[in-house]
Amino acid sequence: MVEEIKTVKIRKQPETKIRKHTIVVRVQHNFGVLARITGLFAGRGYNIESLTVGKTQDPDIARITIVVEGDERVIEQIIKQLRKLIETLKVRDITDIPHIERELVLIKVHTGDEKARDEIMRLTNIFRGKIVDVSTDTYTIEVTGDSDKLEAFIELLRPFGLKDIARTGTLALIRESAKSKLQKHQVE
Amino acid sequence: MEKKRGADIVVDCLLAEGVDTVFGLPGGAIMEVYDALFNAPLKNILTRQEIAASHMADGYARATGKVGVVLATSGPGATNLVTGLATAFMDSIPMVAITGQVPTSYIGTDAFQEADVTGITRPVTKHNFLVTDIKDLPMIMRQAFYIARTGRPGPVLVDIPKDITQQYSECYIPTDEEVKASLPGYNPHYEGNIVQIKKAAELIRQAKRPVLYVGGGVNLAGANKELLELAELTRIPVTTTNMGKGAFPETHPLALHMLGMHGTYYANMAVYNSDLLISVGSRFDDRVTGKIQEFAPEAKIIHIDIDPASISKNIVVDVPIVGDVKIVLKKLLKELQKKPVEWVKARESWLKQIEKWKEEHPLIYEKSDKVIKPQYVIEEIYNVTKGDAIISAGVGQHQMWAAMFYKYSYPRQFLNSGGLGTMGFGFPAAIGAKMGRPDKEVIAIEGDGSFIMNIQDIATAVQYRVPIKVAIINNEFLGMVRQWQQFFYDNRYSSVCLSVQPDFVKLAESFGAVGLRATKPSEVKEVLQKAMSINDRPVIMDFVVDREENVLPMVPAGKSYKEMILTPRQKGEADTMYLVG
Ligand SMILES: Cc1ncc(C[n+]2csc(CCOP(=O)(O)OP(=O)(O)O)c2C)c(N)n1
Repeated sequence: MVEEIKTVKIRKQPETKIRKHTIVVRVQHNFGVLARITGLFAGRGYNIESLTVGKTQDPDIARITIVVEGDERVIEQIIKQLRKLIETLKVRDITDIPHIERELVLIKVHTGDEKARDEIMRLTNIFRGKIVDVSTDTYTIEVTGDSDKLEAFIELLRPFGLKDIARTGTLALIRESAKSKLQKHQVE
Repeated sequence: MEKKRGADIVVDCLLAEGVDTVFGLPGGAIMEVYDALFNAPLKNILTRQEIAASHMADGYARATGKVGVVLATSGPGATNLVTGLATAFMDSIPMVAITGQVPTSYIGTDAFQEADVTGITRPVTKHNFLVTDIKDLPMIMRQAFYIARTGRPGPVLVDIPKDITQQYSECYIPTDEEVKASLPGYNPHYEGNIVQIKKAAELIRQAKRPVLYVGGGVNLAGANKELLELAELTRIPVTTTNMGKGAFPETHPLALHMLGMHGTYYANMAVYNSDLLISVGSRFDDRVTGKIQEFAPEAKIIHIDIDPASISKNIVVDVPIVGDVKIVLKKLLKELQKKPVEWVKARESWLKQIEKWKEEHPLIYEKSDKVIKPQYVIEEIYNVTKGDAIISAGVGQHQMWAAMFYKYSYPRQFLNSGGLGTMGFGFPAAIGAKMGRPDKEVIAIEGDGSFIMNIQDIATAVQYRVPIKVAIINNEFLGMVRQWQQFFYDNRYSSVCLSVQPDFVKLAESFGAVGLRATKPSEVKEVLQKAMSINDRPVIMDFVVDREENVLPMVPAGKSYKEMILTPRQKGEADTMYLVG
């Protein structure tokens, strides 16, 4: 007779770590396709950190860049669910593929006294930003970079008093030099 | 090319898809389509509620494997379809819903009977369309049918503004190739990766305690022959989910019957103790697995499914195989047949163990000659139909008894809302099923609570002389909820008593159907035999049953199989008292 399992056993599930992923989706640029994608995230309880959409060189195809945090299993599910959408042409998790990431942020910051103004200008220069609008007591600064750089810049400005922030969300393109190695990384 | 009215294009496309029956109810925004249907060579069934129409289309699809078609008007007509679409979506049933919409120029103005139907139905359809140009209409209609029936099937909705049904345009119906080419992002995988299939074969050869865990996918793919061949070749016992019923003959010695929350003791024990679980067209639903961390804790898992997103969603698997289960099983069989099947002998002790579980803990219930036991009614339905009827069910205790005590033997034989658990599904689904399969006896096993949710459509069954039988398992309770209250809420029967109900016999007769009733066990057979002799009208049978009978075995929600509740007799004790909690 087979030995019946008497003690309570637990299934071994692989360990997973939570981190940020950048996922690029190419979709047919149809009516309602963005609602389908955002609806998928909302309906399944995935948290989007940022999402950007734009046309590509082919006006019938839109490119969506999504930054989302999750463990391996959640991200795998997200990718599969995105692929399942009828209008999805391609989904790629580019997190571990060499790529360029850029985001643009506009920050309206209180300037206060002369000393503060100088300090803000100095920081803006270090971060290769531009002051694009000036009022009696605010500067509006434009900076581009990857999210970490922008995050750092915003934190440095916080003590001066942030009045408003507008961010575009992350855009990403794979480095051409990485293309040859890509086949291996592709999850498709 | 001759120009045609949009509504006529819709009907032409239905005919081109081979549609012979549509279900629905008209209204302002879809009147053109109904006008076009007036003389069309297909059965146009007027239902009494759109939700019933959606379940009829669904039942038709489940019973035949063809795409079910439902029509509704804009606004309330379309919103009434939502539950039906969600029901079909959860169980991967191919359906096309065509809804009228307010004229294009009114969209977004909160016009009379306007609702954002594509918005509302997006999460409960496989795909949906809003037609904005009559030139797109034939292609969208074809895409809708193609998407509904291919890959993992599902419901697709086409929302057509009224002005588009009134306009005239040339009607070119695209070819299959053109339809495929128009959907570059939609490429279901059918073939299955051969490397993975070889790996699966190797695991199967090595396994000492394997179990096949079979779901609705085998019914949908019509892979029952391949499954039977695989089970017999490898002598691996087969347990099916509720949706998988009929995929494997339940009278077969290798049948373990249903697993999960209301699974048999021996199915659940076999899965719990297995060292290899071969999941075929099933999706590790929580009603199946219970506490996922303790589900088949020692088993390696092979998962064959057409939908990549089903794989490693709830449980991480060892060998994923994406493909059509019929094709994959064929390839797997070929792989296994390459070498002699000596290894099968190593399974004898496993099969003996399972035999022992079956003997010691059979699926039985407490008989009575005073009150009608619901399980007894199901057994007698099985006997009187010689096991050959198509059975549909509502949701609740009666659904589980219908799953447990009728022995299914062929695919598409048991129709019920497994994924969404939609009360009200069973009766209209039976009407749809009978229209699709007039050659089969079709019986709806209904709870008194479920049946009343779509009782208005007795009128439809009478109007079209659909000779289905309805067996109400009447316990004057929302029985399944009552059972949970008894077990887990300290007998506090909150909002579950249905003591005010119609006289179902008189009600049936008032519609022009036949009404019958049994209140004593001795009357059950007689009522069933009488019902079976009537073939020109629906028959409604009211079985007044033991009110507080429970569905057992039961694994409480979120618990492990080890915490299964059994009746004393199922435990092998002779006591007639139930063990509860
Ligand atoms: C539309 C809907 N509403 C509520 C429920 C919750 N529910 C599940 S079973 C059940 C009781 C069903 O009662 P009945 O049809 O009389 O069947 P019984 O359990 O008594 O056999 C209820 C209310 C449901 N599944 N579907």
